[in-house]
Amino acid sequence: MGRKLLTEHINVEGIDTFEVYRKHGGYRSVEKAIKTMTPDEVVEEVKKSGLRGRGGAGFPTGMKWSFLAKPEGVPRYLVCNADESEPGTFKDRQLMSKLPHLLVEGMITSSYALGANTSYIYIRGELLYVLRILEKAIAEAYANGFLGKNILGSGYDLDLYVHPGGGAYICGEETALLESLEGKRGNPRNKPPFPAVQGLYARPTVVNNVESIAAVVPIVNDGGDEYAKIGVGKSTGTKLISACGHLNKPGIYEIELGVPVEEFIYSDEYCGGIWKGRDLKAVVAGGSSVPILPKELILKTAAGENRLMTYESLSDGGFVTGTMLGSGGFIAMDDTTCIVRNTWNFSRFYHHESCGQCSPCREGTGWLEKILHRLEHGHGSERDIDVLASVAKQIEGNTICPLGEAAAWPVSAAIRHFREEFEWHIRYPQEATRPGAVFPGKAVLA
Amino acid sequence: MAKITFDGIEVEVPDGTTILNAARAIGGGIVPPAMCYYTPLKGSGGKCRACLVRVAAGSAKDPRPMPKLVASCVTPVQDGMVVENTTSEQVLNVRKGIVEMLLINHPLDCPVCDQAGECDLQNFAFEHGVSTTRYEEERRTFEKIDIGPLIQLHMTRCILCYRCVYTADQLTEQRVHGVLGRGDAAEIGTYIENIIDNEFSGNVIDVCPVGALTDKTFRFKQRVWFTKPVNAHRDCENPKCCGNVVLWYKGKDVLRVTARKDQYGEVKEWICNTCRFDKKETSDWTIEGPAHIDRSSVISANHYELPVLNQSIVADLPESSTRDLEQNPPMRLGN
Amino acid sequence: MSFPTDSPPKPQFSEAAKAEIDRICKQYPAERRKSAMLPVLHIAQAEFGGWVAPEVQDLVAEVLGVKPIEVYEVSTFYTMFNLKPVGKHVLEICRTGPCQLRGSDELTLELERITGAKVGGGPSADGLFTLKEVECLAACGFAPVVQVREKYYEQLDTEASVNAMLSELRNMVHRPALPWEEKGLPNAVANN
Ligand SMILES: Cc1cc2nc3c(=O)[nH]c(=O)nc-3n(C[C@H](O)[C@H](O)[C@H](O)COP(=O)(O)O)c2cc1C
Ligand code: SF4
Ligand code: SF4
Ligand code: FES
Ligand code: FES
Repeated sequence: MGRKLLTEHINVEGIDTFEVYRKHGGYRSVEKAIKTMTPDEVVEEVKKSGLRGRGGAGFPTGMKWSFLAKPEGVPRYLVCNADESEPGTFKDRQLMSKLPHLLVEGMITSSYALGANTSYIYIRGELLYVLRILEKAIAEAYANGFLGKNILGSGYDLDLYVHPGGGAYICGEETALLESLEGKRGNPRNKPPFPAVQGLYARPTVVNNVESIAAVVPIVNDGGDEYAKIGVGKSTGTKLISACGHLNKPGIYEIELGVPVEEFIYSDEYCGGIWKGRDLKAVVAGGSSVPILPKELILKTAAGENRLMTYESLSDGGFVTGTMLGSGGFIAMDDTTCIVRNTWNFSRFYHHESCGQCSPCREGTGWLEKILHRLEHGHGSERDIDVLASVAKQIEGNTICPLGEAAAWPVSAAIRHFREEFEWHIRYPQEATRPGAVFPGKAVLA
Repeated sequence: MAKITFDGIEVEVPDGTTILNAARAIGGGIVPPAMCYYTPLKGSGGKCRACLVRVAAGSAKDPRPMPKLVASCVTPVQDGMVVENTTSEQVLNVRKGIVEMLLINHPLDCPVCDQAGECDLQNFAFEHGVSTTRYEEERRTFEKIDIGPLIQLHMTRCILCYRCVYTADQLTEQRVHGVLGRGDAAEIGTYIENIIDNEFSGNVIDVCPVGALTDKTFRFKQRVWFTKPVNAHRDCENPKCCGNVVLWYKGKDVLRVTARKDQYGEVKEWICNTCRFDKKETSDWTIEGPAHIDRSSVISANHYELPVLNQSIVADLPESSTRDLEQNPPMRLGN
Repeated sequence: MSFPTDSPPKPQFSEAAKAEIDRICKQYPAERRKSAMLPVLHIAQAEFGGWVAPEVQDLVAEVLGVKPIEVYEVSTFYTMFNLKPVGKHVLEICRTGPCQLRGSDELTLELERITGAKVGGGPSADGLFTLKEVECLAACGFAPVVQVREKYYEQLDTEASVNAMLSELRNMVHRPALPWEEKGLPNAVANN
């Protein structure tokens, strides 16, 4: 059994109340940080821990914190990204609804480290019920002197608020999130300036994912070095993996980074194998944006080594044979899955979620979806596959924000690894569009 | 001051200058095209991606290349920066891709569009695009609407540059139109066809790079290259209006009045609605002389070519425009 | 896009909602009242029958001290705000990949069959249900998923689970009270 740094007490009765949470060691990190450490010392521990952002990009959290501009007399903000909308990802919702005080505690400790006196949790609007849970936890923290003026008699003041979104995946992108928090459309900003210099209300701001903020609690409690002992290489600590799709036991698992992918899928401690006794066909390992890999490449790298659940191992082979850990949204597909249909579905998602500001993404995502829709419905033509690949390339790297890449990668990867299945849809549309049709293998194309 | 090298040419500009403006300081054919950036409008730029360039060296301090192409209109220069535009194959290819993207949902009804001949998209496609399209899907279309009695919105042609929104925001007190919806369903919209009755609202027509916002009072529909632009001014009662305009003549008639633009198509000074819409007699104005249209535009070349000719597109046009197209074949009009 | 032109009598927020809006506005710097846009739109939608009519959006603009267009720009960007009248219950069915892998397409057809409403169309004939497809709701491991107001209905891959959801909704006299309404639902809602 791996260690559970975040979810150890998740099933304790009443753990969503201040009292029970406190009894299980809650708010120790706040006491330790505020009473015995300077803000910079907290940042130092986070640096030592090797914690990498859990929102998807994997940027070292300690380093991000040290970039925060600190001009005299200008307020700065910590904003928690609880927009969780990347398909396949559902860990933050679970963490916040069951362990609201863990996030509140993490926010207080982290805000102290950054010198923020006002912090926000931006939660996706669909999770209004979780907002209520968080607001209740926050009220309890105020009542117990962990929020508000002069926390624990230290002279440090902090106000913490929860802000709902309104239904827009793009607001997970940090600058779109800040626009949204300012009451505007969620249009990502051009960078520079980066949020660390001009973020919320044009003031220095750090944006971190829920799980990153939660991880600060064990890091401060046990020390960064202890945290860094868990995991493999630069993938330190534990990570929440939300597993879904055709698995026997979909759900949220806190793993020590470094668990072999094969063990994660098949062992009873985790997902318990593929449902209905079927075989695995493909996996999208880190949320819908990351490249899909066929069974052979997700279990073993191109060099034949066991693939591990770490940032490095999953990206081994680059995009030719690898993928990314991303947000930890692990989507497994059994051998009856139609890859064309799935790719179309994801394309429809990005088309629907593009903010529409920049032309390659606004126009390109629609183009991709329309071609894939045609293919899936039996109206493909021979040149479609090349057009798809080239449109994806025209979007990638040329947009304001990474949603462009997120839309392009799944298409490029599906063509890279499952080209024959696309060809089958084009050449044998009647067979391919029969309900429940399963690609019979490339021999059919010979 | 910062010294940068742009397409092999050195130029020194004040700190904080954008790459695009540094290139404009050099001038000529190396200047990247801009479809959304508009110098007088704060916050504009960064959206169309027409102006993407390659930064081969970030600065003297950190000479590494930037990993992605950057929007030159919103990226500030750094001392020692090396930028490639026309000298980079990658940039030119990506730009072709941007043209293609901007055109896939554009109606290509140039033969019947008021803007033809002075359309930035037409120029952009002509200079930077390829002459075929691979787009076979359905195009997005909208109904034309009137925004009050003076301005017409033909949303199908809009490229969502947001210029008109910034204009209304920055020039008028009560902006009533904006971008509604999102993604490729986003549109310039207004509330209950609310009348833009502000005295400076007409400027949205001049900033629009395409024929999406047009002057409803433009008398007699005319191809702009059949009209003669003349600089004129009047002592405008409105203290905020400069009174310096271009009158567009056909024979003795003033067909329309616009603000004066510089070589990059940017309005030099805003004009009020009275000057634009109500002063259409020569006697209203002091004539200065012929206006020099020195943009690299199809008006100055006095010819006009449909940038992308594709049978399936022509077939998509409404019947009326197909008729127009047959009567006025788009190739090399007036040349 | 334009909104209908006939303007019914001007709506007003209930006292409870006004108090809640005041509380929310205090969370942002005083000169940044616009920040409360999304939370106030959520309150408005809950107060005025599950959708935000143009005059409701104008009210939001007034309360926040912004131009009406600033509200329309936002309400049309975010998918949670309904711009047309809806049935008593809006069933938001997740259609994204992980849910599709576990039967969301079939669920949608089933809900269309049972309620008689169509996805993207108006309310069912009995006025009870509006069906709306949405993207990933962050519940992929419990697919397929439907959200109704603040509640998630999960693992709707059996007849029993679907029926349980629908009968719960059919038996609901009026929507559950929100935290600030605990002293009682505003008249407008209770009379629904
Ligand atoms: C389109 C898009 C959507 C994103 N969605 C989320 C999200 O839902 N949650 C999240 O934490 N980060 C999301 N991110 C990443 C954030 O921009 C940002 O990198 C992250 O919140 C930083 O936090 P971290 O360093 O703690 O991971 C998204 C990025 C993009 C481009
Ligand atoms: S890449 Fe897409 S989502 Fe991002 S800013 Fe551009 S249009 Fe918006
Ligand atoms: S109407 Fe014209 S100015 Fe306004 S966004 Fe569209 S193209 Fe730009
Ligand atoms: S002009 Fe630079 S992005 Fe449009
Ligand atoms: S895909 Fe339906 S909840 Fe995520």
